[in-house]
Amino acid sequence: MGKVLMKGNEAVAEAGIRCGCRHYFGYPITPQNEISAYMAKNMPKVGGLCLQAESEIAAINMVLGAAASGVRAMTSSSSPGISLKSEGLSYIAGCDLPCLVVNVQRGGPGLGGIQAAQSDYYQATKAMGHGDLRLLVYSPSTIQEIVTLTSKSFDTSEKYRVPAMILTDGVIGQMMEAVDFDEMVISTPADKSWASCGHGDQRKKNIINSLYIEPEKLEAVVVARFKRYAEIEKNEVMFEEYMTDDAELIIVSYGITARICKSAVNLARKQNVKVGLFRPISLWPYPSDALLNLAKKDITKHFLVSELNMGQMVDDVKVSTHCLKPVSFYGRTGGMLPAPEEILAEIKKILGGKA
Amino acid sequence: MGQIVFDRPKALSDVQLTYCPGCTHGIVHRLIAQVIDELEIEGRTVGIAPVGCSVFAYNFFDCDMIQAPHGRAPAVATGVKRAHPNNVLFTYQGDGDLAAIGTAETVHVGARGENITTIFINNAIYGMTGGQMAPTTLYKQVTMTTPYGREKNIQGSPIKVCEMLATLDGTAYAERVAVDCVKNVNATKKAIKKAFQIQMAGKGYSIVEVLSACPTEWGKSPVEALEWIRTDMMPFYPLGIYKDVTEG
Amino acid sequence: MNKVTINIDWCKGCGLCAEACPKKIISLASDKLNKKGYHPACITDEEKCIACAMCAVMCPETVIKVEKL
Repeated sequence: MGKVLMKGNEAVAEAGIRCGCRHYFGYPITPQNEISAYMAKNMPKVGGLCLQAESEIAAINMVLGAAASGVRAMTSSSSPGISLKSEGLSYIAGCDLPCLVVNVQRGGPGLGGIQAAQSDYYQATKAMGHGDLRLLVYSPSTIQEIVTLTSKSFDTSEKYRVPAMILTDGVIGQMMEAVDFDEMVISTPADKSWASCGHGDQRKKNIINSLYIEPEKLEAVVVARFKRYAEIEKNEVMFEEYMTDDAELIIVSYGITARICKSAVNLARKQNVKVGLFRPISLWPYPSDALLNLAKKDITKHFLVSELNMGQMVDDVKVSTHCLKPVSFYGRTGGMLPAPEEILAEIKKILGGKA
Repeated sequence: MGQIVFDRPKALSDVQLTYCPGCTHGIVHRLIAQVIDELEIEGRTVGIAPVGCSVFAYNFFDCDMIQAPHGRAPAVATGVKRAHPNNVLFTYQGDGDLAAIGTAETVHVGARGENITTIFINNAIYGMTGGQMAPTTLYKQVTMTTPYGREKNIQGSPIKVCEMLATLDGTAYAERVAVDCVKNVNATKKAIKKAFQIQMAGKGYSIVEVLSACPTEWGKSPVEALEWIRTDMMPFYPLGIYKDVTEG
Repeated sequence: MNKVTINIDWCKGCGLCAEACPKKIISLASDKLNKKGYHPACITDEEKCIACAMCAVMCPETVIKVEKL
């Protein structure tokens, strides 16, 4: 196929199909509508299904059913719609089902706006539904990365039986970039002998369930699940470092904002300001150890968190770095994006006379 | 050697039910299991359990089972059926699950003509949470949350589910039955079997609404509760076939 | 003679079987309690059983087995 020019929304849809996902369930919401349009057009060509549900709630529960029956299933939405999916995602986590949810974030709270934001960071990484639960959360910075993270999401989700989310935003979803699908690593779907799809008189019945009425049993199930979470935290952390070796100030940023910050780093370096970028790719598991290592370096004087919200990742950076170095924040919200020059100005303000 | 006239169906798990004495969930469970046995479809059947008293239905059938979020059983069943068209899907739902919190899912599974079967238990009350008003609670009926009786101008009107779903093109079969007496229990089994057969023939959505007893929350003896189905429920919820695409 | 077997440990004493029995030969054993503390159903005069299985049809617990001998 070679390189093609595609929107992020189309690319994640194509990547899903290439991963063997044949069951997509969605409900329209801006700015992610190209995903369902692409699925509606292309799923039938491969014998797959794109079904427009009556709501985000129904869509996530169709994903629950399809995943419970053992197939790769995905849905997508944007912030207000993701809130509606939180019930279903809690059940999916409680039932230990793999699936992929794409959140093309827009501004909030409430109906908010339709321009790009990253203000669902807390929701995705801390509280994607009631109960003790985690989601794999991946944040792509480029269209190429949205593609590689789609297969990563399905594989990791199935390996650990934990739902996965690609937490992207309206800019990545809407912008066009060259993407090479040949770079995708497609693995074989995991064994699904636990699935409820008819026992065929060949085995005992399977039950997909999240209810444990005895507290001792529920606690044991949750504790066992957290052992898997610990494995994920050990094995599945993803991040990128850019010019951090000699950096006095390290920007911590993800997704579209990390790209803007990379430009700010390049501007700063031209002026001999020693700035680097640390970009978490997996927002959960969070790359805490790598950040702590940077914090322990003498040369590192300061961290600057930059994201499209009011500072939702700041606490994660403070906790990860044991507050060894000061952590500042610069962000825009409501659909506004910072320019690299704004971030550079913030860097200079922090470094003061030294810059 | 004697001839066995009646015994437990194979598709009913060998565990004790968790329902109150005289609760007719057990009768309906058994009828579904008998139909599964008679159609020899246990190996390809997937049942969807609701939230409510019958949440534990996943323990009571020997086919594969999935427990759904409250009201979402039709959406969950849709996910399974679209991934495995040869599976036979049934959702088992109470009145709160199907006609309150899950109304959108209920209407749209019918609108899509999804090839699944719903067994709808209408007992006009919320059982598990302790006897609150259901969307099917009758006018004047006293419940925990209608202590002065349901009033049309305050709590609104009961929903007639079969009549409503029969208006949808995708609904292939909608019948209201009751389990108040032997004759009606036998008719209920026949309706459930027909609903499954319509699904298996790919004709669309099928639903069997079962007028069912909740002696505990109605504050009646099991025998009185069956009588109340006849005297109070049936006049408002007439038994009968509301839609059958195989007729005429 | 016909045979009715009741799994009395699972019987909840609701009495729907007794109500359904056309021969009125089922009653709840007022002098007996099962494991769950219910008075289970018992057959008072099995000789009169016609194996119609109406008791089993109405039993919510499916604890009644009926055999025609």
